Amino acid sequence: MDKVQNNKAWFLVLPVLVLVAFSAVIPLMTVVNYSVQDTFGNNVFFWEGLGWFKDVLTSDRVHAAFGRQLAFSGIILAIQIPLGIAIAICMPKRGFWASVCLVLMALPLLIPWNVVGTIWQILGRSDIGLVGYALDQIGITWNYARNPVHAWVTVVIMDVWHWTSLVALLAYAGLQSIPQAYYQAAKIDQASRWKVFRYIELPKMQGVLLIAILLRFMDSFMIYTEPFVVTGGGPGSATSFLSIDLVKMALGQFDLGPAAAFSIMYFLVILLVSWVFYTVMTNLDKTEGR
Amino acid sequence: MAQITLDNLAHSYLPNPRSEDDFALKQLDHVWNDGEAYALLGASGCGKSTLLNIISGLLVPSRGRILFGEQDVTHQDTVARNIAQVFQFPVVYDTMSVGDNLAFPLRNRGMDPAYIAARVQKIAAMTGMEDILRRKARGLTADTKQKISLGRGMVREDVNAILFDEPLTVIDPHMKWELRTQLKALHNEFGHTMIYVTHDQTEALTFADKVAVMHDGRVVQLGTPEELFDTPEHTFVGYFIGSPGMNLIDAEVSGSVAHCAGHAVPLGGSYKALQGRVQIGIRPEFVTLASGNDGLPVTIKRIEDVGRHQILRAEFAGKPVNAVLPEGMPVPADANRLIFAPERVNVYVDDWRVAPLHSVATPAREAV
Repeated sequence: MDKVQNNKAWFLVLPVLVLVAFSAVIPLMTVVNYSVQDTFGNNVFFWEGLGWFKDVLTSDRVHAAFGRQLAFSGIILAIQIPLGIAIAICMPKRGFWASVCLVLMALPLLIPWNVVGTIWQILGRSDIGLVGYALDQIGITWNYARNPVHAWVTVVIMDVWHWTSLVALLAYAGLQSIPQAYYQAAKIDQASRWKVFRYIELPKMQGVLLIAILLRFMDSFMIYTEPFVVTGGGPGSATSFLSIDLVKMALGQFDLGPAAAFSIMYFLVILLVSWVFYTVMTNLDKTEGR
Repeated sequence: MAQITLDNLAHSYLPNPRSEDDFALKQLDHVWNDGEAYALLGASGCGKSTLLNIISGLLVPSRGRILFGEQDVTHQDTVARNIAQVFQFPVVYDTMSVGDNLAFPLRNRGMDPAYIAARVQKIAAMTGMEDILRRKARGLTADTKQKISLGRGMVREDVNAILFDEPLTVIDPHMKWELRTQLKALHNEFGHTMIYVTHDQTEALTFADKVAVMHDGRVVQLGTPEELFDTPEHTFVGYFIGSPGMNLIDAEVSGSVAHCAGHAVPLGGSYKALQGRVQIGIRPEFVTLASGNDGLPVTIKRIEDVGRHQILRAEFAGKPVNAVLPEGMPVPADANRLIFAPERVNVYVDDWRVAPLHSVATPAREAV
């Protein structure tokens, strides 16, 4: 059959182009626009070039926020991934209790983020909060508003509470897809429990675990609501992660230029990491499918 | 290595089985001799895999005992029973190399590294995998993966038995032949007791010394391929083994003559009075085509030329009857009678074979 050439067909993609333009391209371009200009007010802008980018790249404040962010993402990944796998392995495989576990596990994921923040803000208070009061009773004065270590511990525990079940559910799905024959063969080969995990479960979970790591990395790298509600980025700037710092810069100080440059670079970092993950995952699929 | 005894064995997947129908495996009493190659043959869902898993120790039977030699192993696990098993779909440890896969069962048992290396080399040589020993097992073809599984099943020398659960399902036809031949060679070399589950009669008959035909949770016959062919103990054996299967025709038997819809068919022996549903069975190989007044009048439907011989598809009293005719034999236009070789006709009552009181040609065999 001959191919029909009709350039009017391009109009068919127009609605999508318009939508994407309004939802993504135009807002992003405004940010790009801000990032290369400066103003002294009165809506008069002048060209700043790459000045803001240089400022942000050399700013100690941004460096510190970036460092805190990496530390936070690293810590929660190091806790949530092994913990999630451990929970998934301990969960019953079928029957009534499997369903109960699944529902319980899914609960934290259904709670709105600012509510999660509020829950932990109250839990951690030593006057009315269950956890804070209990700690106070055994002699630890818990004060996440004053003590940076307490603030970090609170924020990390909150994130672990909120998101470990996502990792556990993904790992559980991965475990469920392993055919029974693998476990039977391992039994016959007299493999220890550790070897079953190391040579059967872990390799078979590889795909879902990569997705879990990607999701948890992205989410934790962009975390804003929960720590904002609990600590507001404090004490001082102890828990000011990248997005909190960015909002402080953009809306608190109204430094739109540097904030725009900052957010563009923030965006590029996330894009880069996603690309790395994507490449790793597709390569994995290729070797699997060969 | 040991003789395997199934003593009064039965299994149900339900916690409280009430009737016979609740049992996936009905009562079994069999002795499997040490060092023989057995095949468990049957259609899907007849209980083959259940029986295999009971022998290997992955399942505990709801009733009865299983003995290895003199020892009761009913409640022992697979490790204690020292069994190797190969599954229907390849089980391969993806992250290990092919060689490590083969060495895995030996390493887990803390064998000497030099011995392990020698065994792995030997198994690799037998399965033709020497050149890929160092390769990662991930990404190999299904054929190769199943060869690894087979190799892992055979790498241990001291096992009591090697069990195969339809191991060649995923293998290409030409490889099937090769692997089956290798298995047979291995059996001859090492003399392990082998139990091979399959639904493919060719596989069962070429591999095994003895074939256990299973139907509806029962072993309906355990015998050599010749026994299954000559004297099927159950109509299922007659129908399931052979291509095409045995012809079964409703009949009334008196003495040494069967009457099928009013036509007399001579039998190879005489029978006492029979009660129940009586059928005569004859393999298509022993049916000859004739014209005239002898034999059963049939309507010929078609003739299939399958190369080595021709299959005549006919109908008698509304039921299909088949005959195997020699290659190239012309079929006369007036041929409409089928003659059964009397000594090859078996008599069945309610699906079970009845031995004649005194036979003329073939000696009756004991039901196993």
